[in-house]
Amino acid sequence: MIFTLKIWRQKNAADKGGLVTYKVEDISADSSFFEMLDILNQQLIAQGVDPVAFDHDCREGICGTCSLYINGRPHGPLKGVTTCQLHMRSFRNGETIFVEPWRCGAFPVIKDLIVDRSAFDKIIQSGGYVSVNSGGIPDANTIPVPKPDSDAAFDAAACIGCGACVASCPNASAMLFVSSKVSHLALLPQGRVEAERRVQKMVSTMDSLGFGNCSNTYACEAECPKEISVVNIARMNREYLAAKIFAEKEKQISFSL
Amino acid sequence: MDSSSRTRLSSITSKVIMALAGLFLVMFLLVHLGINLLLLANDGGQSFTAAAGFMATNQVIKIFEVVLFGGLLVHMFIGVAVSFRNRASRPVRYQHKSMSETSPLSRYMFHSGIIVFIFLVLHFIDFYFVKLGLVAPPAGVERHDFYRRSILLFSDKGYSAVYLVSFIFLGFHLNHAVQAAFQTIGMNHNKYIGTIKVASILYAIIVASGFMVIPFWFILFR
Repeated sequence: MIFTLKIWRQKNAADKGGLVTYKVEDISADSSFFEMLDILNQQLIAQGVDPVAFDHDCREGICGTCSLYINGRPHGPLKGVTTCQLHMRSFRNGETIFVEPWRCGAFPVIKDLIVDRSAFDKIIQSGGYVSVNSGGIPDANTIPVPKPDSDAAFDAAACIGCGACVASCPNASAMLFVSSKVSHLALLPQGRVEAERRVQKMVSTMDSLGFGNCSNTYACEAECPKEISVVNIARMNREYLAAKIFAEKEKQISFSL
Repeated sequence: MDSSSRTRLSSITSKVIMALAGLFLVMFLLVHLGINLLLLANDGGQSFTAAAGFMATNQVIKIFEVVLFGGLLVHMFIGVAVSFRNRASRPVRYQHKSMSETSPLSRYMFHSGIIVFIFLVLHFIDFYFVKLGLVAPPAGVERHDFYRRSILLFSDKGYSAVYLVSFIFLGFHLNHAVQAAFQTIGMNHNKYIGTIKVASILYAIIVASGFMVIPFWFILFR
Protein backbone atom coordinates (compact mmCIF):
# COMPACT_ATOMS: atom_id res chain seq x y z
CA MET A 1 0.00 0.00 0.00
CA ILE A 2 1.02 3.61 -0.58
CA PHE A 3 0.38 6.42 1.89
CA THR A 4 0.95 10.16 2.06
CA LEU A 5 1.79 11.12 5.64
CA LYS A 6 1.42 14.59 7.08
CA ILE A 7 3.38 14.37 10.30
CA TRP A 8 3.86 17.04 12.97
CA ARG A 9 7.60 17.79 13.24
CA GLN A 10 8.87 19.92 16.10
CA LYS A 11 12.55 20.03 17.14
CA ASN A 12 11.93 20.77 20.81
CA ALA A 13 9.43 22.33 23.22
CA ALA A 14 10.41 25.86 22.19
CA ASP A 15 10.21 25.21 18.41
CA LYS A 16 7.04 26.33 16.62
CA GLY A 17 6.76 23.12 14.59
CA GLY A 18 4.61 22.27 11.57
CA LEU A 19 3.28 19.49 9.38
CA VAL A 20 5.78 17.82 7.02
CA THR A 21 4.64 15.60 4.14
CA TYR A 22 6.25 12.19 3.55
CA LYS A 23 5.48 9.33 1.17
CA VAL A 24 5.77 5.64 2.06
CA GLU A 25 5.43 2.80 -0.45
CA ASP A 26 5.26 -1.03 -0.41
CA ILE A 27 3.57 -1.07 2.99
CA SER A 28 1.93 -4.39 3.88
CA ALA A 29 -1.74 -4.12 4.84
CA ASP A 30 -0.90 -6.27 7.84
CA SER A 31 1.90 -4.09 9.17
CA SER A 32 1.05 -2.12 12.26
CA PHE A 33 0.92 1.67 12.26
CA PHE A 34 4.23 1.74 14.14
CA GLU A 35 5.87 -0.70 11.74
CA MET A 36 4.85 1.68 8.97
CA LEU A 37 6.45 4.57 10.93
CA ASP A 38 9.54 2.39 11.53
CA ILE A 39 9.84 1.92 7.74
CA LEU A 40 9.50 5.68 7.25
CA ASN A 41 12.19 6.30 9.88
CA GLN A 42 14.56 3.84 8.16
CA GLN A 43 14.07 5.85 4.95
CA LEU A 44 14.73 9.11 6.80
CA ILE A 45 17.86 7.75 8.48
CA ALA A 46 19.15 6.56 5.07
CA GLN A 47 18.57 10.10 3.75
CA GLY A 48 20.39 11.58 6.74
CA VAL A 49 17.20 13.17 8.08
CA ASP A 50 16.30 13.14 11.79
CA PRO A 51 13.76 10.29 12.27
CA VAL A 52 10.26 11.03 13.58
CA ALA A 53 10.13 10.76 17.38
CA PHE A 54 7.08 8.95 18.78
CA ASP A 55 6.23 7.21 22.05
CA HIS A 56 5.84 3.42 22.19
CA ASP A 57 6.79 0.66 24.56
CA CYS A 58 4.97 -2.68 24.87
CA ARG A 59 3.33 -2.65 21.42
CA GLU A 60 0.75 -5.01 22.96
CA GLY A 61 -1.95 -2.44 23.78
CA ILE A 62 -1.51 -2.62 27.54
CA CYS A 63 1.10 -0.07 28.66
CA GLY A 64 -0.48 3.24 27.66
CA THR A 65 2.75 4.68 26.32
CA CYS A 66 1.71 5.16 22.70
CA SER A 67 -0.35 8.12 21.60
CA LEU A 68 -0.80 9.87 18.19
CA TYR A 69 -3.79 11.86 16.99
CA ILE A 70 -4.45 10.18 13.64
CA ASN A 71 -6.86 11.79 11.13
CA GLY A 72 -8.69 13.65 13.90
CA ARG A 73 -8.94 10.74 16.32
CA PRO A 74 -6.69 9.63 19.19
CA HIS A 75 -5.26 6.17 18.43
CA GLY A 76 -6.73 6.33 14.92
CA PRO A 77 -9.97 5.14 13.34
CA LEU A 78 -10.45 1.81 15.17
CA LYS A 79 -12.58 1.70 18.32
CA GLY A 80 -11.17 0.31 21.56
CA VAL A 81 -7.52 -0.05 20.51
CA THR A 82 -4.28 1.81 21.09
CA THR A 83 -2.19 3.03 18.15
CA CYS A 84 0.17 0.05 18.49
CA GLN A 85 -2.78 -2.28 17.80
CA LEU A 86 -3.81 -0.34 14.70
CA HIS A 87 -2.92 -1.88 11.34
CA MET A 88 -2.61 -0.34 7.90
CA ARG A 89 -5.60 -2.41 6.66
CA SER A 90 -7.72 0.14 8.55
CA PHE A 91 -6.74 2.75 5.94
CA ARG A 92 -7.50 3.08 2.23
CA ASN A 93 -4.66 2.58 -0.23
CA GLY A 94 -3.30 5.98 -1.24
CA GLU A 95 -4.91 7.72 1.74
CA THR A 96 -3.43 10.87 3.25
CA ILE A 97 -2.90 10.37 6.97
CA PHE A 98 -2.50 13.27 9.43
CA VAL A 99 -0.40 12.38 12.47
CA GLU A 100 -0.31 14.90 15.31
CA PRO A 101 0.70 14.86 18.98
CA TRP A 102 -1.88 15.05 21.81
CA ARG A 103 -2.90 18.70 22.17
CA CYS A 104 -3.36 20.08 25.67
CA GLY A 105 -1.68 22.89 27.57
CA ALA A 106 -0.90 20.42 30.36
CA PHE A 107 0.78 18.04 27.83
CA PRO A 108 3.58 20.13 26.27
CA VAL A 109 5.25 18.70 23.16
CA ILE A 110 8.80 17.50 23.90
CA LYS A 111 9.71 16.56 20.34
CA ASP A 112 7.70 15.75 17.19
CA LEU A 113 4.87 13.45 18.36
CA ILE A 114 6.05 12.98 21.95
CA VAL A 115 4.27 14.93 24.66
CA ASP A 116 5.08 15.19 28.35
CA ARG A 117 2.26 13.41 30.21
CA SER A 118 3.75 13.80 33.69
CA ALA A 119 0.69 15.91 34.57
CA PHE A 120 -1.09 12.55 34.95
CA ASP A 121 1.64 11.35 37.33
CA LYS A 122 1.13 14.48 39.45
CA ILE A 123 -2.60 13.71 39.68
CA ILE A 124 -1.86 10.12 40.73
CA GLN A 125 0.72 11.29 43.28
CA SER A 126 -1.85 13.58 44.85
CA GLY A 127 -4.25 10.76 45.75
CA GLY A 128 -4.11 7.66 43.57
CA TYR A 129 -2.91 5.31 46.29
CA VAL A 130 -4.18 3.34 49.30
CA SER A 131 -2.48 2.97 52.67
CA VAL A 132 -1.85 -0.63 53.74
CA ASN A 133 -0.45 -2.25 56.84
CA SER A 134 3.09 -3.49 56.61
CA GLY A 135 3.92 -6.99 57.79
CA GLY A 136 2.91 -10.41 56.56
CA ILE A 137 0.94 -11.05 53.40
CA PRO A 138 -2.80 -11.04 54.21
CA ASP A 139 -4.86 -14.07 53.19
CA ALA A 140 -6.72 -13.75 49.92
CA ASN A 141 -10.33 -12.58 50.27
CA THR A 142 -9.84 -11.42 53.86
CA ILE A 143 -11.82 -8.32 52.99
CA PRO A 144 -15.08 -9.23 51.25
CA VAL A 145 -15.87 -7.17 48.14
CA PRO A 146 -19.36 -7.28 46.57
CA LYS A 147 -19.08 -8.76 43.06
CA PRO A 148 -20.82 -5.84 41.27
CA ASP A 149 -18.44 -3.37 42.97
CA SER A 150 -15.45 -5.49 42.10
CA ASP A 151 -16.59 -5.65 38.45
CA ALA A 152 -17.09 -1.87 38.26
CA ALA A 153 -13.74 -1.21 39.99
CA PHE A 154 -12.02 -3.57 37.57
CA ASP A 155 -13.58 -1.81 34.56
CA ALA A 156 -12.33 1.54 35.87
CA ALA A 157 -8.90 0.08 36.66
CA ALA A 158 -8.52 -0.89 32.99
CA CYS A 159 -7.41 2.73 32.37
CA ILE A 160 -3.84 2.70 31.05
CA GLY A 161 -3.37 6.46 31.44
CA CYS A 162 -2.60 7.08 27.76
CA GLY A 163 -4.36 10.45 27.66
CA ALA A 164 -6.65 9.75 24.67
CA CYS A 165 -9.54 11.18 26.74
CA VAL A 166 -7.72 14.52 27.07
CA ALA A 167 -6.67 14.45 23.41
CA SER A 168 -10.21 13.85 22.11
CA CYS A 169 -12.03 16.20 24.49
CA PRO A 170 -12.95 19.54 22.89
CA ASN A 171 -12.01 21.10 26.24
CA ALA A 172 -8.86 19.01 26.86
CA SER A 173 -10.48 17.78 30.07
CA ALA A 174 -8.88 14.97 32.08
CA MET A 175 -12.09 13.98 33.84
CA LEU A 176 -12.37 10.47 32.37
CA PHE A 177 -8.82 9.65 33.51
CA VAL A 178 -9.24 11.14 36.99
CA SER A 179 -12.70 9.62 37.45
CA SER A 180 -11.49 6.14 36.48
CA LYS A 181 -8.73 6.38 39.11
CA VAL A 182 -11.16 7.77 41.71
CA SER A 183 -13.76 5.09 40.89
CA HIS A 184 -11.31 2.23 40.85
CA LEU A 185 -10.23 2.97 44.44
CA ALA A 186 -13.50 4.36 45.84
CA LEU A 187 -15.45 1.23 44.89
CA LEU A 188 -13.21 -1.05 46.95
CA PRO A 189 -13.18 -1.22 50.78
CA GLN A 190 -9.39 -0.78 50.79
CA GLY A 191 -9.84 2.57 49.05
CA ARG A 192 -12.68 3.92 51.21
CA VAL A 193 -10.34 5.01 54.02
CA GLU A 194 -8.90 7.85 51.94
CA ALA A 195 -11.81 8.25 49.51
CA GLU A 196 -12.94 11.69 50.69
CA ARG A 197 -9.47 13.18 50.74
CA ARG A 198 -8.48 11.45 47.51
CA VAL A 199 -11.24 12.84 45.29
CA GLN A 200 -10.73 16.39 46.55
CA LYS A 201 -6.97 16.29 46.14
CA MET A 202 -7.04 14.69 42.70
CA VAL A 203 -9.66 17.12 41.38
CA SER A 204 -7.76 20.05 42.86
CA THR A 205 -4.52 18.89 41.23
CA MET A 206 -6.30 18.30 37.92
CA ASP A 207 -7.71 21.86 38.02
CA SER A 208 -4.39 23.43 38.97
CA LEU A 209 -2.59 21.76 36.04
CA GLY A 210 -4.79 23.56 33.52
CA PHE A 211 -6.98 20.75 32.14
CA GLY A 212 -10.37 21.91 30.87
CA ASN A 213 -13.78 21.19 32.33
CA CYS A 214 -16.16 18.44 31.17
CA SER A 215 -19.00 19.60 28.92
CA ASN A 216 -20.49 16.11 28.52
CA THR A 217 -19.72 15.58 24.82
CA TYR A 218 -18.48 12.06 25.71
CA ALA A 219 -15.76 12.15 23.06
CA CYS A 220 -13.52 10.61 25.76
CA GLU A 221 -15.73 7.53 26.11
CA ALA A 222 -15.91 7.16 22.32
CA GLU A 223 -12.10 7.29 21.98
CA CYS A 224 -10.88 5.50 25.12
CA PRO A 225 -8.87 2.43 23.98
CA LYS A 226 -10.12 0.62 27.11
CA GLU A 227 -13.71 1.83 26.50
CA ILE A 228 -14.05 3.30 29.98
CA SER A 229 -17.52 4.66 30.61
CA VAL A 230 -18.49 8.24 31.54
CA VAL A 231 -20.51 6.65 34.35
CA ASN A 232 -17.20 7.00 36.20
CA ILE A 233 -17.32 10.80 35.79
CA ALA A 234 -20.79 10.83 37.37
CA ARG A 235 -19.42 8.69 40.20
CA MET A 236 -16.48 11.08 40.70
CA ASN A 237 -18.90 14.02 40.83
CA ARG A 238 -20.96 12.17 43.47
CA GLU A 239 -17.85 11.34 45.48
CA TYR A 240 -16.65 14.92 45.23
CA LEU A 241 -19.98 16.46 46.26
CA ALA A 242 -20.39 13.98 49.12
CA ALA A 243 -16.87 14.77 50.34
CA LYS A 244 -17.42 18.53 50.09
CA ILE A 245 -20.82 18.48 51.79
CA PHE A 246 -20.77 15.56 54.23
CA ALA A 247 -17.14 14.77 55.13
CA GLU A 248 -16.51 14.58 58.88
CA LYS A 249 -14.15 17.20 60.25
CA GLU A 250 -11.17 16.18 62.34
CA LYS A 251 -11.55 17.22 65.99
CA GLN A 252 -9.17 19.99 66.95
CA ILE A 253 -7.97 19.26 70.45
CA SER A 254 -6.24 22.08 72.26
CA PHE A 255 -3.92 21.24 75.12
CA SER A 256 -3.34 23.60 77.99
CA LEU A 257 -0.58 22.86 80.43
CA MET B 1 -4.63 22.38 48.26
CA ASP B 2 -2.95 25.29 46.55
CA SER B 3 -4.16 28.85 46.87
CA SER B 4 -5.63 29.14 43.37
CA SER B 5 -8.13 26.36 44.01
CA ARG B 6 -9.31 28.13 47.16
CA THR B 7 -9.95 31.40 45.40
CA ARG B 8 -11.93 30.03 42.47
CA LEU B 9 -14.60 27.37 42.19
CA SER B 10 -13.35 23.89 41.36
CA SER B 11 -14.25 22.42 37.98
CA ILE B 12 -16.87 20.10 39.49
CA THR B 13 -18.41 22.72 41.81
CA SER B 14 -18.86 25.19 38.95
CA LYS B 15 -20.42 22.49 36.78
CA VAL B 16 -22.83 21.40 39.52
CA ILE B 17 -23.95 24.98 40.23
CA MET B 18 -24.50 25.48 36.50
CA ALA B 19 -26.47 22.24 36.27
CA LEU B 20 -28.71 23.05 39.26
CA ALA B 21 -29.37 26.58 38.00
CA GLY B 22 -30.13 25.10 34.58
CA LEU B 23 -32.54 22.54 36.02
CA PHE B 24 -34.38 25.36 37.81
CA LEU B 25 -34.70 27.21 34.48
CA VAL B 26 -35.98 23.97 32.95
CA MET B 27 -38.84 23.88 35.50
CA PHE B 28 -39.62 27.56 34.91
CA LEU B 29 -39.86 27.05 31.14
CA LEU B 30 -42.74 24.60 31.67
CA VAL B 31 -44.65 27.19 33.73
CA HIS B 32 -43.94 29.85 31.11
CA LEU B 33 -45.08 27.52 28.32
CA GLY B 34 -48.29 26.71 30.20
CA ILE B 35 -49.15 30.39 30.48
CA ASN B 36 -48.24 31.18 26.88
CA LEU B 37 -50.46 28.39 25.57
CA LEU B 38 -53.39 30.28 27.13
CA LEU B 39 -52.86 32.76 24.26
CA LEU B 40 -54.51 30.16 22.06
CA ALA B 41 -57.72 30.18 24.14
CA ASN B 42 -60.48 31.84 22.19
CA ASP B 43 -61.56 34.19 24.97
CA GLY B 44 -60.07 37.50 23.92
CA GLY B 45 -57.06 36.98 26.17
CA GLN B 46 -59.01 36.72 29.42
CA SER B 47 -57.33 33.59 30.79
CA PHE B 48 -53.88 34.66 29.57
CA THR B 49 -54.22 38.08 31.20
CA ALA B 50 -55.43 36.49 34.43
CA ALA B 51 -52.42 34.13 34.51
CA ALA B 52 -49.98 36.94 33.64
CA GLY B 53 -51.57 39.08 36.35
CA PHE B 54 -51.14 36.29 38.89
CA MET B 55 -47.46 35.90 37.94
CA ALA B 56 -46.92 39.66 38.29
CA THR B 57 -48.63 40.16 41.66
CA ASN B 58 -48.38 36.94 43.69
CA GLN B 59 -45.86 37.35 46.52
CA VAL B 60 -44.47 33.79 46.31
CA ILE B 61 -43.94 34.19 42.56
CA LYS B 62 -42.17 37.50 43.22
CA ILE B 63 -39.65 35.72 45.44
CA PHE B 64 -39.16 33.07 42.75
CA GLU B 65 -38.64 35.84 40.22
CA VAL B 66 -35.51 36.90 42.12
CA VAL B 67 -34.35 33.26 42.30
CA LEU B 68 -35.02 32.89 38.58
CA PHE B 69 -32.98 35.94 37.59
CA GLY B 70 -30.23 34.85 39.97
CA GLY B 71 -30.25 31.35 38.47
CA LEU B 72 -30.17 32.71 34.94
CA LEU B 73 -27.25 35.03 35.69
CA VAL B 74 -25.30 32.32 37.51
CA HIS B 75 -25.92 29.83 34.67
CA MET B 76 -24.76 32.32 32.03
CA PHE B 77 -21.82 33.68 34.00
CA ILE B 78 -20.36 30.27 34.90
CA GLY B 79 -21.12 28.98 31.39
CA VAL B 80 -19.08 31.77 29.80
CA ALA B 81 -16.28 31.51 32.39
CA VAL B 82 -15.98 27.73 31.98
CA SER B 83 -16.06 28.03 28.17
CA PHE B 84 -13.16 30.47 28.21
CA ARG B 85 -11.19 28.30 30.65
CA ASN B 86 -11.86 25.27 28.44
CA ARG B 87 -10.63 27.04 25.34
CA ALA B 88 -7.46 28.13 27.13
CA SER B 89 -6.67 24.53 28.09
CA ARG B 90 -5.68 23.74 24.48
CA PRO B 91 -3.45 26.65 23.40
CA VAL B 92 -2.19 24.87 20.24
CA ARG B 93 -5.08 23.38 18.27
CA TYR B 94 -5.16 20.35 15.96
CA GLN B 95 -4.61 20.76 12.20
CA HIS B 96 -7.10 18.01 11.38
CA LYS B 97 -10.66 18.52 12.55
CA SER B 98 -11.97 16.15 15.20
CA MET B 99 -13.55 12.98 13.84
CA SER B 100 -14.59 11.62 17.25
CA GLU B 101 -18.14 10.30 17.34
CA THR B 102 -20.08 12.65 19.60
CA SER B 103 -23.49 14.22 19.52
CA PRO B 104 -22.96 17.38 17.41
CA LEU B 105 -25.35 19.36 19.64
CA SER B 106 -23.22 18.72 22.74
CA ARG B 107 -20.25 20.51 21.18
CA TYR B 108 -22.17 23.70 20.50
CA MET B 109 -23.83 24.42 23.85
CA PHE B 110 -22.00 27.74 24.13
CA HIS B 111 -23.22 28.80 20.66
CA SER B 112 -26.84 27.72 21.16
CA GLY B 113 -26.70 29.40 24.56
CA ILE B 114 -25.62 32.69 22.95
CA ILE B 115 -28.55 32.54 20.50
CA VAL B 116 -30.97 31.94 23.38
CA PHE B 117 -29.35 34.84 25.25
CA ILE B 118 -29.85 37.19 22.27
CA PHE B 119 -33.51 36.18 22.14
CA LEU B 120 -33.80 36.80 25.88
CA VAL B 121 -32.47 40.34 25.44
CA LEU B 122 -35.15 41.00 22.79
CA HIS B 123 -37.73 39.36 25.02
CA PHE B 124 -36.83 41.57 27.98
CA ILE B 125 -36.98 44.72 25.84
CA ASP B 126 -40.37 43.66 24.45
CA PHE B 127 -42.02 42.63 27.71
CA TYR B 128 -40.22 42.92 31.02
CA PHE B 129 -38.72 46.38 30.49
CA VAL B 130 -42.04 47.59 29.07
CA LYS B 131 -43.79 46.35 32.21
CA LEU B 132 -41.23 48.10 34.42
CA GLY B 133 -41.72 51.29 32.38
CA LEU B 134 -38.10 51.37 31.15
CA VAL B 135 -39.16 50.98 27.52
CA ALA B 136 -42.17 52.79 26.08
CA PRO B 137 -44.94 50.42 24.92
CA PRO B 138 -46.13 50.69 21.29
CA ALA B 139 -48.94 53.14 20.59
CA GLY B 140 -52.31 51.98 21.83
CA VAL B 141 -51.01 49.25 24.13
CA GLU B 142 -51.07 49.69 27.89
CA ARG B 143 -47.73 48.63 29.43
CA HIS B 144 -49.28 45.86 31.54
CA ASP B 145 -51.27 44.47 28.61
CA PHE B 146 -49.10 41.46 27.65
CA TYR B 147 -51.89 39.91 25.56
CA ARG B 148 -52.15 42.75 23.03
CA ARG B 149 -48.37 43.14 23.06
CA SER B 150 -48.01 39.44 22.13
CA ILE B 151 -50.60 39.58 19.38
CA LEU B 152 -48.96 42.69 17.94
CA LEU B 153 -45.53 40.99 17.92
CA PHE B 154 -46.76 37.73 16.41
CA SER B 155 -48.56 39.58 13.64
CA ASP B 156 -45.09 40.76 12.56
CA LYS B 157 -43.66 38.01 10.30
CA GLY B 158 -40.07 39.12 10.94
CA TYR B 159 -40.48 38.85 14.69
CA SER B 160 -42.15 35.44 14.34
CA ALA B 161 -39.22 34.21 12.24
CA VAL B 162 -36.66 35.33 14.85
CA TYR B 163 -38.83 33.73 17.51
CA LEU B 164 -39.05 30.40 15.68
CA VAL B 165 -35.31 30.21 14.97
CA SER B 166 -34.52 31.05 18.61
CA PHE B 167 -36.74 28.25 19.85
CA ILE B 168 -35.18 25.71 17.49
CA PHE B 169 -31.83 26.54 19.11
CA LEU B 170 -33.38 26.47 22.58
CA GLY B 171 -34.58 22.96 21.72
CA PHE B 172 -31.04 21.96 20.68
CA HIS B 173 -29.69 23.44 23.92
CA LEU B 174 -32.27 21.68 26.11
CA ASN B 175 -31.90 18.32 24.37
CA HIS B 176 -28.33 18.03 25.60
CA ALA B 177 -28.75 20.18 28.72
CA VAL B 178 -31.19 18.08 30.70
CA GLN B 179 -29.37 14.76 30.33
CA ALA B 180 -26.00 16.46 30.86
CA ALA B 181 -27.24 18.14 34.06
CA PHE B 182 -28.16 14.76 35.52
CA GLN B 183 -24.74 13.37 34.58
CA THR B 184 -23.08 16.38 36.23
CA ILE B 185 -24.90 16.03 39.53
CA GLY B 186 -23.80 12.39 39.51
CA MET B 187 -27.01 10.71 38.36
CA ASN B 188 -25.83 8.34 35.66
CA HIS B 189 -26.67 4.72 36.23
CA ASN B 190 -27.61 1.89 33.88
CA LYS B 191 -30.94 1.57 35.66
CA TYR B 192 -32.28 4.97 34.69
CA ILE B 193 -29.89 6.75 32.29
CA GLY B 194 -31.99 5.55 29.34
CA THR B 195 -35.12 7.07 30.88
CA ILE B 196 -33.29 10.34 31.56
CA LYS B 197 -32.06 10.52 27.95
CA VAL B 198 -35.53 9.89 26.50
CA ALA B 199 -37.10 12.35 28.97
CA SER B 200 -34.50 14.95 28.01
CA ILE B 201 -35.27 14.62 24.30
CA LEU B 202 -39.03 14.63 24.89
CA TYR B 203 -38.78 17.67 27.14
CA ALA B 204 -36.76 19.57 24.51
CA ILE B 205 -39.26 18.67 21.77
CA ILE B 206 -42.30 19.54 23.90
CA VAL B 207 -40.92 22.89 25.09
CA ALA B 208 -39.52 24.01 21.73
CA SER B 209 -42.54 22.93 19.68
CA GLY B 210 -44.97 24.12 22.37
CA PHE B 211 -43.65 27.67 22.12
CA MET B 212 -43.38 27.45 18.33
CA VAL B 213 -47.03 26.43 17.93
CA ILE B 214 -48.11 29.90 19.07
CA PRO B 215 -46.79 32.05 16.17
CA PHE B 216 -47.91 29.37 13.66
CA TRP B 217 -51.39 29.48 15.14
CA PHE B 218 -51.48 33.26 14.90
CA ILE B 219 -50.23 33.19 11.28
CA LEU B 220 -52.70 30.49 10.23
CA PHE B 221 -55.84 31.31 12.22
CA ARG B 222 -55.80 35.04 12.99
